[in-house]
Amino acid sequence: MNAFEFRSRIGATANYALSLCALAILPTSAALAENQVAPLNYFLHSYGPASTPTMFLGWVFASLLVAIFVIIALLLLMAIFRKRPAVAPGLLGREDEGMRWVYIGTGLSACILFALAIYTLITLNAIAKPTRAPALTLTVTGYDWWWKVEYEDDDPTRSFVTANEIHIPVGQPVLVKLKSADVIHAFWVPMLAGKTQMIPGLTNQQWLQADVEGVYSGQCTQYCGVQHAHMGLEVVAQSEDEFRTWQDAQRRAADMTAGVDAGKALFMDRCAGCHAIRGTEAVGAHAPDLTHLNSRRLIAAGLLTKSPDHLVQWITHAQDLKPGARMPNMVLSAAEVDALSAFLSTLN
Amino acid sequence: MTNVDQSMLDLNFCRVPEMGSAPVGSAAETRLARLWESAPGWRGWLSTVDHKTIGLRYLVTAFIFLLMGGVEALIMRLQLARPDQTLLTPEQYSQLFTMHGVTMIFLYSLPILSGFSNYLWPLMLGSRDMAFPRLNALSYWIFLFSGIFLYASFPLGEAPNAGWFNYVPFAGLEYNTGPNIDVYALGMVLLGISTTVGAVNFIVTLFRMRAPGMSIDRVPILVWGTLTASVANIFAVPSVSLAFFMLWLDRQAGTHFFDVLNGGKPLLWQHLFWMFGHPWVYAVVLPAMGIVSDALPTFCRRPLVGYSAVALSTMATMLLGFGVWIHHMFATGLPTLALSFFGAASMVISIPSAVAVFAWIATIWLGRPVFTTPFLFFAGFVILFVIGGLSGVMTAAVPLDFQLNETYFIVAHLHYVLIGINVFPVVGGIYYWFPKFFGRMMNETLGKWSFWVMFIGFNLGFFPMHLAGLLGMPRRIYTYAPHMGWTAVNMVTSVGSFVFAAGILIFLVNILVSLKRGVPATSNPWDAPTLEWAMPSPPPVYNFAVIPFVASRHPLWEDRLDEGVGRSSLEQGYLLMEGRETIGTTPLDAKPDIILKMPDDSYTPFFLGLFSALVFVGLLLHWRDFTVLMVLACSLSLTVWMWPRQALVQRVQDIEHDKEAAHG
Amino acid sequence: MAEAMQTAQALPVGSEGKRSGGWWGVLALIVTEGSLFGYLLFTYFYLASQSEQHWPPDGLPELLIPGVNTVILLASSVFVWVSERCIQRSMLLCSLVSMALAHILGVCFVAIQFNEWSKTTYDMTSNLYGSLYFTITGFHMLHVIVGLVILMALLLWIALGYFDHRRYAAVTIGGLYWHFVDVVWLFVFTTLYLTPYLY
Ligand code: HEA
Ligand code: HEA
Ligand code: HEC
Ligand code: CUA
Ligand SMILES: [Cu+2]
Repeated sequence: MNAFEFRSRIGATANYALSLCALAILPTSAALAENQVAPLNYFLHSYGPASTPTMFLGWVFASLLVAIFVIIALLLLMAIFRKRPAVAPGLLGREDEGMRWVYIGTGLSACILFALAIYTLITLNAIAKPTRAPALTLTVTGYDWWWKVEYEDDDPTRSFVTANEIHIPVGQPVLVKLKSADVIHAFWVPMLAGKTQMIPGLTNQQWLQADVEGVYSGQCTQYCGVQHAHMGLEVVAQSEDEFRTWQDAQRRAADMTAGVDAGKALFMDRCAGCHAIRGTEAVGAHAPDLTHLNSRRLIAAGLLTKSPDHLVQWITHAQDLKPGARMPNMVLSAAEVDALSAFLSTLN
Repeated sequence: MTNVDQSMLDLNFCRVPEMGSAPVGSAAETRLARLWESAPGWRGWLSTVDHKTIGLRYLVTAFIFLLMGGVEALIMRLQLARPDQTLLTPEQYSQLFTMHGVTMIFLYSLPILSGFSNYLWPLMLGSRDMAFPRLNALSYWIFLFSGIFLYASFPLGEAPNAGWFNYVPFAGLEYNTGPNIDVYALGMVLLGISTTVGAVNFIVTLFRMRAPGMSIDRVPILVWGTLTASVANIFAVPSVSLAFFMLWLDRQAGTHFFDVLNGGKPLLWQHLFWMFGHPWVYAVVLPAMGIVSDALPTFCRRPLVGYSAVALSTMATMLLGFGVWIHHMFATGLPTLALSFFGAASMVISIPSAVAVFAWIATIWLGRPVFTTPFLFFAGFVILFVIGGLSGVMTAAVPLDFQLNETYFIVAHLHYVLIGINVFPVVGGIYYWFPKFFGRMMNETLGKWSFWVMFIGFNLGFFPMHLAGLLGMPRRIYTYAPHMGWTAVNMVTSVGSFVFAAGILIFLVNILVSLKRGVPATSNPWDAPTLEWAMPSPPPVYNFAVIPFVASRHPLWEDRLDEGVGRSSLEQGYLLMEGRETIGTTPLDAKPDIILKMPDDSYTPFFLGLFSALVFVGLLLHWRDFTVLMVLACSLSLTVWMWPRQALVQRVQDIEHDKEAAHG
Repeated sequence: MAEAMQTAQALPVGSEGKRSGGWWGVLALIVTEGSLFGYLLFTYFYLASQSEQHWPPDGLPELLIPGVNTVILLASSVFVWVSERCIQRSMLLCSLVSMALAHILGVCFVAIQFNEWSKTTYDMTSNLYGSLYFTITGFHMLHVIVGLVILMALLLWIALGYFDHRRYAAVTIGGLYWHFVDVVWLFVFTTLYLTPYLY
């Protein structure tokens, strides 16, 4: 069991605990026996310094506020049900009594709030900037409904573009510049950092860092149109070596194996208007770069795993799988599908 | 008046108001009834300016919108009950959640409170009507028409679809080409007119229309709540109207306010929207909190603890409410320093809320609660308010909000506050004032059932949303995958929503049953302290046969409070019946200041409302000539409306003739 | 009886000057309209401060004619005030004449402003500055036109002999609105014409 699996095992248990918590509160039980890892559960899981202080803050707030709630609820119940001394009927109370409640209650609340505010500001300060200079800077641009990821380099020939899957070296702060190509999106990889909007005409930035190797899910969280629900991404945190290897592989243009000319021609004809494959004449800029398509785990912004079947389904039925997506259903004969698949399978 | 000019001592311009009493059936009372009655049939229906009729219309219309928004929500809950459902297309889902939000926020939550205030203010303040009865009618008609306007494109499948806060550039022409957003933009500008006009009316009413002796520290808290909300509205509404108008210009006239390519800024929209939006969320709860502050004491058999503190906290909340809008924009990449400031301010805003919460609890503690249905709703409200408020404190913590923002945690927060602080007091308030409205009591058994079903259903449905949010579920997604871990919470939420809806259904049944078969109500069935209970149920058209003199906060409890308060005079007072008249008093101490002439029923509000709605229809459909024509029609209606009238002593001619009319 | 409340005094009846409902209503209306202009100017400053273009794009605005126009508008306000004072003193003719003068000056303002508009090389759609300039001045122009309609009505009503020293609330109220329109212009003028000189 590697570290990540171990962590997710803990995560599963903790999730179970959260569900149990729900169970205790709710008088239903049937559906709650679920112990899957929720991949976006930031409340119990955090794997880096950009989010861990926030997770603790969340725990402190949640428990304190639950305690306050319980106290107030108890006060209210006692107020309602307490035994009252008999008094002359017909007489109503005095207007000016009871102010002590207001003074004490408000005074205590103000003190608690003051403490909470200080703790919040300290946390905010802690996560605002990385303690070291970022090891890596990359730019993520939101598109309807996928993410373009650019790894820049001082040497332009070493920069490269990919989509929907971000690789980072483990244990290193990474600076992410955030842009949008169309409407407002928001970049959110909850187990690593909070979210930041991607606003057209503006370059925002945030940083994140993963201290444990593994795959972290992310999701667009600003309503951006019909397929806002299916605008996911993944961050893969790897050891320095693995990361370098990946980077070098991504920098290379696609190597064109022989024998797939039919598929290639088809691609150039039908797909290259939107998609780019570096090293070929396909330079479309409206859609994910497919140069190293096969290096990715998921396609269509997290919607499907990248199996050959899924690829074909996606290409021919994108509009059924992701209605409204900016990629049309491609009408292809069986032969064309085969040829195209063969070609795509070479994009390693 | 000492400084009255001698030459003004002409009865038409200046007179000593007659004192007296007018018991039911007396000649004076009959005369009053005749003066204030509306014409029978559709004429009266279209032309009435009676605040009670208008108030009820507001209540009924807004409640229908609640049901419509509720049905939209239930459909969404069906779609979300299980993963990967395909009941709705993504586009349908977008329109549903947008219309749900728009309906609930704009067409339900404020109008329903305006309904209460419209009906109750003059009764609570001891007046015969609002300051501007015709404006009141106008604000209702425009509200109704703008509601219809906003819904007009729904059946065509072209309803607003960018969420209730409608962020640009998604709401811009480039990404949203249909009429959807134009409908929203124009509808909001139209509705803004209604809100503004209504708010102006409340403000002037408060400052001018109180019974003599009802100094500013004696008005019920509901009045404070509505006043504060109205003042906030006249400052805040222009912001959103302007934003929507500029958006419409961008879309239809080619301007560049939000156009990124030409230097426009999407963030400008967010600022303008939330500078309005945050004050607005308090505007839709402060009057509801006022309902509780006024009605809860009745059932605790004692006055509210800390009247002045609660009144001050109402205003403090609103004041602070203008300084926290950035907390909806924590994730937009603003500088950390700004975020710290607005985060801290958002926490400070909890302090006035704490004042109110502890005042309510103390009132219950020191009182002797009577467990009727309204009491249950008000006590339940306190619990829900605390939950909703505390989740608000969590989102006010900036780093935490970086996570919580745009997740279901926010959806949970907003429903706890909106349903907890708005819907529960509203339903409780209807139980409370129903006898006054219709002269019949509501059924207690059904009432208790409706409370418990609503309360349990609500918590069952909306508490799990917090968990969904903590599990990372984003808002505004039309479906989700099974492996996300959100399946259970969503199922529970959907079940809870339907239980809650069943509670509302029981409440509706109760209304229908009680309207027909409820026990007839006496004038003060709950033994409540405020003025509206001093008159028969339902109240006569003229409200008060004589304008009362008020000497304390609890005119109907004066004998039983062991404090040396004065004695109000309710049977003896100003008669004022040379036409529709009431007394105007000074803003703070409520000393008699002027005899106000109230206008008669009139069709102009209806027509002005109709024509202004048609102006917007013309703008929407690009019918140039039609629009111009309707603008002219509006101006004409306004001219007729504003023409100085002798009956209201707005001008000086034909005095003799006028006198005769008044006595004839 | 409520604390020594004097009940036997004579009270004015109906729309009496600043005691009338209308006066209070217009005050509230002015507050909300004032905030509308506040938000408009906020929009201007927000966008201007973030603009990367040269601001204003066509160079600094010319001051002479708008300055004169400002004086014209203020003068018109003065005449409205005079007109009201005249009614108070039962000088109906004087009142009528001042109101007419006020109206004429208002019309002059509109004419000059239209001329200013026609001289610009840009319009609402050419650039961001154009959008702002025309929306802000357009909003103000709309208010001036409404104000002129009101002044026209007042003129007519004075001429019809509706008002004397006892009842003239409409003049007070309409006049208040007109003063508001004029004061707002000072803010608009400062924002659009003067502040560009500051940076
Ligand atoms: C209806 C009214 C209403 C009310 C009253 C509130 C009340 C509060 N709200 Fe809420 N809010 C909304 C309606 C409301 N809100 C809506 C509709 C949205 C979402 C909009 C959208 O995105 O669609 C929203 C969103 C929202 C956000 C943005 C979240 C996001 O989008 O990321 C924030 C952030 O700070 C926030 C904070 C608060 C706070 C601090 C309060 C405070 O006023 C709460 C104060 C009350 C209490 C705290 C409880 C009583 C006090 C005590 C019992 C004392 C003891 C307490 C302590 C010691 C802590 N709200
Ligand atoms: C006052 C405000 C209010 C109220 C009362 C409600 C009530 C409800 N809301 Fe709403 N909600 C909002 C304000 C409100 N909401 C806002 C502002 C948003 C944000 C919108 C946005 O993102 O833009 C939102 C968003 C929102 C979402 C999130 C959508 C998303 O982000 O994808 C959901 C999801 O579950 C939801 C559910 C519900 C449910 C189940 C109810 C239930 O309480 C409804 C209960 C049902 C009824 C009240 C109707 C009862 C009907 C009957 C009994 C049938 C009888 C019928 C006839 C007689 C015809 N709401
Ligand atoms: C009109 C533009 C357009 C055309 C033509 C087009 N695509 Fe796409 N494609 C897109 C867009 C946009 C996306 C991203 C969709 C999303 O995730 O919402 C996409 C996504 C994909 C993906 C998934 C990429 C990833 O990493 O998630 C594959 C694979 C793909 N397209 C293959 C093809 C093939 C093969 C063809 C031609 C037969 C084709 N596309 C034609 C626009 C296009
Ligand atoms: Cu992109 Cu939501
Ligand atoms: Cu807010």
